[in-house]
Amino acid sequence: MMTIKEYVKVSSLEQAYELNQKRTNRIIGGMLWMKMGKEKIHTAIDLSELGLDTIEETKDEFIIGCMVTLRQLECHGGLSDWSGGFIRESVKDIVGVQFRNLATIGGSLFGRFGFSDVLTAFLVLDTEVELYKGGRVSLEEFAEWKPDRDILVRVIVKKSKGERIYLSHRNTKTDLPVLTIAVSSGENGIKIAAGARPQRAIIVTVGKICGREMTGSLEEIEKYAKELASGIPVGSNMRASAAYRSHLAEVLIRRGLLALNERKSSLERGCQDAD
Amino acid sequence: MQISITLNGKKLTEDIPPELLLIDWVRRHGCYSVKRGCETSNCGLCTVFMDDRPVLSCSVLAARADGTRIETLEGLQEEAEEFGTFIASQGAEQCGFCNPGMIMNTIALFRENPWPTEEEIKEYLAGNLCRCSGYEGQLRGVLAFLEKRRGGGGL
Repeated sequence: MMTIKEYVKVSSLEQAYELNQKRTNRIIGGMLWMKMGKEKIHTAIDLSELGLDTIEETKDEFIIGCMVTLRQLECHGGLSDWSGGFIRESVKDIVGVQFRNLATIGGSLFGRFGFSDVLTAFLVLDTEVELYKGGRVSLEEFAEWKPDRDILVRVIVKKSKGERIYLSHRNTKTDLPVLTIAVSSGENGIKIAAGARPQRAIIVTVGKICGREMTGSLEEIEKYAKELASGIPVGSNMRASAAYRSHLAEVLIRRGLLALNERKSSLERGCQDAD
Repeated sequence: MQISITLNGKKLTEDIPPELLLIDWVRRHGCYSVKRGCETSNCGLCTVFMDDRPVLSCSVLAARADGTRIETLEGLQEEAEEFGTFIASQGAEQCGFCNPGMIMNTIALFRENPWPTEEEIKEYLAGNLCRCSGYEGQLRGVLAFLEKRRGGGGL
């Protein structure tokens, strides 16, 4: 069990940043993963009184405070409408409601955990993170960095047009995922992220399909899925072997691309009907 | 450090060590329905309401709960009683260990969604583990309770 010597509910981000420069101090998000460790924390830094627990929707983007819980993401009407249920789908199997009422988006993304559904999902959206000192950077870039002493203050999701599909495989319903795949199709073409590999989620960059418009027969999609899956670095852990993950990646990517195609076709059919 | 929490309607102010978990704090105050099960934030046995939201008290510092309202099953007897009899009537409680957490979360479900579908019930209660029953008894109990509320059934 971790130990904590002092606990401070900070009154400003500057105070939090200054405290966080000490190696033995920690910012506490939902604390769900942190509490499983044996860290000796000198000062636990609590951001919960800084008003960072809201989701603001503007014409062009969603601005999500770092203390927003996964349950808030799941239940937010605007996010749900815009994403077609994608956000809800990505978090709904994370343990249970009581857990998701505590886990925060800031903690989930800052930790860049190798099992993260949240990181996988937000990688295929047009997402930036706002760091207290580092300013705004794309989530894709941030996901590659090693954790430092800055503070993730907000997550900004641009309301890009497109369709999105989230898929994960779990050995049991509320366990950590064996593999996560998110697929989106928008103005910049197809984007695919793979997580729980079991390393942190990445954007899949290999394959002819990425960054292009999705047009494909079943055979083409199967070919793409195979090619894409073969380029995803996977490993083994207690939940699954690397070979199993690789096989799953192909299956989930294929399903994701097929679902995108299906959704696109039904939208086109809807438009024709309306005409 | 000093905290002030309203536990089951009673405001309590006291000094605590910063690392004290909410589960230990409520149990110190006699709320023994709140149990420590898995230690990995997975089982739902320690469910309490923090400002009306169900949370895992094993994963919240009492310090963070400062200034909030905490409710445990001890404070929700009336709301829990009728529903609890439906769970019992289905033989859903075998060892009974998971029951307080399960009832707390079902109350949270009903407050959020008074008429849940079977799928919504399963999804909402997914974070409450029961190692005896296979969940069928609890599900039957919840459905029977809803049927009764609709005026169609009974125990």
